Amino acid sequence: MMNTIVQAFGLVFQTDVLIAIFASAIYGLVVGSLPGLSATMATALLVPVTFYLSPIAAVATIITASAMAIFSGDIPGCLLRIPGTPASAAYTDEAYAMTRKGQAETALGICLWFSALGGIAGTLSLMVLAPVLAEFALSFSTYENFWLAMLGLMCATLVARSSPIKAIASMLLGLLITCIGIDNPGGVARFTLGSTDLLGGIEPIPALVGVFALAEVMRSITEREPPKLEHRRLGSILKGQWKLTKEYPVQQTRGNIIGIIIGVLPGAGADMAAWVSYAMAKRFSKTPEKFGTGHPEGLIEAGASNNASLASGWVPALLFGIPGDTITAIAIGVLYMKGLNPGPTLFSSQASSMYALYIIFILGNIIMIPLGIVMIRIASRVVSAPRSAVMPVILVFCAVGAFATAGNNLFAVWCVAVFGLVGFFMEKNGYPVAAMVLGIVMGTMVEQSFVTSLIKSDGSILPFFERPVASVLAAMTLAALLWPAFSWGLGKMRGGRAQAA
Amino acid sequence: MTDIISRRGVLKGAAAAGAAGLIAAPAIAQAKWPSRPVTMICPWGAGGGTDAVVRIIAGLLEKSLGQPFGVVNRTGGSGVVGHSAIATAAPDGYTLGIITSEIAMMHHQGLTQLTYQNYTSLAQMNDDAPGVHVKSDSPYKDIKALAEAIKAAPPGKFKASGTGQGGIWHLALVGWLQGMGLKPDHVAWVPSNGAAPAMQDLAAGGLDFNTCSVPEARAMIDAGKAKSLAIMADARMPQFKDVPTLKETLGIDITLGSWRGIGGPKNLPADITKLLGAELKKIYDSKDYKEFMDSRGLTMKYADGAAFEAFMADSDKKMGAFMKAAGLAKA
Repeated sequence: MMNTIVQAFGLVFQTDVLIAIFASAIYGLVVGSLPGLSATMATALLVPVTFYLSPIAAVATIITASAMAIFSGDIPGCLLRIPGTPASAAYTDEAYAMTRKGQAETALGICLWFSALGGIAGTLSLMVLAPVLAEFALSFSTYENFWLAMLGLMCATLVARSSPIKAIASMLLGLLITCIGIDNPGGVARFTLGSTDLLGGIEPIPALVGVFALAEVMRSITEREPPKLEHRRLGSILKGQWKLTKEYPVQQTRGNIIGIIIGVLPGAGADMAAWVSYAMAKRFSKTPEKFGTGHPEGLIEAGASNNASLASGWVPALLFGIPGDTITAIAIGVLYMKGLNPGPTLFSSQASSMYALYIIFILGNIIMIPLGIVMIRIASRVVSAPRSAVMPVILVFCAVGAFATAGNNLFAVWCVAVFGLVGFFMEKNGYPVAAMVLGIVMGTMVEQSFVTSLIKSDGSILPFFERPVASVLAAMTLAALLWPAFSWGLGKMRGGRAQAA
Repeated sequence: MTDIISRRGVLKGAAAAGAAGLIAAPAIAQAKWPSRPVTMICPWGAGGGTDAVVRIIAGLLEKSLGQPFGVVNRTGGSGVVGHSAIATAAPDGYTLGIITSEIAMMHHQGLTQLTYQNYTSLAQMNDDAPGVHVKSDSPYKDIKALAEAIKAAPPGKFKASGTGQGGIWHLALVGWLQGMGLKPDHVAWVPSNGAAPAMQDLAAGGLDFNTCSVPEARAMIDAGKAKSLAIMADARMPQFKDVPTLKETLGIDITLGSWRGIGGPKNLPADITKLLGAELKKIYDSKDYKEFMDSRGLTMKYADGAAFEAFMADSDKKMGAFMKAAGLAKA
């Protein structure tokens, strides 16, 4: 045991591995912070590079770059209201509200500090609980996945500050958009208008970039520039975080646990973890009315959650070769390529390599803090730059990012343009665009799990409620669904009584 | 006019090569192919099996031909998007790609007009056979017991998966059922987003068996969560000697697999086709390629350009017949 750990340290503290970690950390920070390039994209772009690296260095680049990219996706979201990754979309408005209050560095500090701690918590779960968590993941059939996806969708109404009706309308529009294409359970081409590109459906990334980034650029053209914020250099970024850690221990722990659970489940990743955690924070907060006005509570829980899910997503990947999310789907390919074939033998026969992976996870999350602080200091200057200089650059990033993400396909650029228009008019009329993005992210999972479940049960809906885990998830979903109606009715009754009196 | 174009091409190539950190090739006016980077299109996502195969081939081509061979993942539409990008590229040798068995299936479903005839076939590099996998604590100890149970059960009682509706492993099931004299829908097909989620659902107790390839099921088998009862191939696989073939156990001969090969758009220049054919043969025979395929449990199968084209024509006919039988084909 001790011997293996010493060996593992030997494997990690090689010059090539350390250089790989450092370089991919900077790469992940930069790519994640560019609007239009997601953490998944950052990982996919690394695959060709891993060909030329030693096995441990190859896996190290994937681990480090994805963790950094998930954190730095918060940076443009916070500073410009343009989320860098779908995982940040849940709390972008909150972080941006803090920026408008002149607390950009605090908001980013929260994202950084709680991301790093969340990543370490996720790693500990991977080290200690991997077999237990893996068994848990294997108890999820399509019935459970369906409720899980529904629960994710419910978050749209919980998170939105607008009327729940408008949030649901946006979400349904997102679901409708995922109907496009042929990647559905029946393998039937829908809404493709005979176009090959539409056969592939609409990817979440161009839609996200369009409704957030491009719509923001359009707004900046049509609206007067908001009063300039003074660039204030705050004191130590970390000092404030320590205070917040002591103030919100429950939120942080809950975020970590939710992130770990969602990460382990196949098909649900950091995106969903952030949404669910932000919704949870608001639901159980003593001051839910402060949410959306630049309140740190939701940021802490969601930030703690999405990075925790990143590490625990490796559990089913390493044990069964089943991806927990899109990033581990790519990582599995790299593991095979490097002879680290997933399976329990990886834990027994190559134990030192496994420990090396754990060490890299922890190391990656630790160096995230100093590198992240540098990144925050540099990036927060964007706020004080004139909008007329920033917006054209963003426009270029949107187009280039979408083009590159889709494998040099111009179709994605058109997608961004169309979604930019859609997002602009939705926001103008008070429809939350984040809810639509959630619909697009979750739509495939909802449909796939529902249809396949019905095929398996010969059309009976009983198994959705019979299986133990499914029944618990069903109860939670229905409660989340009925709660707004219930509280609305309650308010109406009280209101009516007050008027009568 | 042509001079200008080729000079511009050379300049572009040199710039790209420089950006890639390589020493730019000397810019000779009428340079031999390849004088600039080549794009290899992969119709499937980064990290998957097809992606891995095309990347190892691209890496080896790069080594021997001295120009970058960049892999671009053009995904979506169950492979239609990427396959059409290969077919519609300019036939100048600077866009090639990996063609997978879906090209023999998609046009039967009416998804695209594309067939194997829209490509210049260069070489077949791999062919994976379907298997039959059950949960490790399944009541069916061997393939005969499972086959008997399926025959005895009412139609639709047994559920199987492995890929999407009308996908390659679905056709394998149809072939097997036909071999047993049963209707193609005697076992209900549960569409899934690929083999990994199907294996997950098998272990979660949601399915009776899976018909994906053995390498796709391998991690779950190693984890003791699933076991293979048979493979549908001519012979046993060297990596999985204990798994019998369907032929030796049930006397049913199905040779329908998921194959991959390298191709380019129709009408590639003959000299480029010849050069690539020879290079791909060299790669297939190399130690690097063999080691890689063995480590992933993929089955090696080679055919040169002409033989690959004949193979695709045959595959196209077979798959069309299965799809028609299963009611999956349009028209």
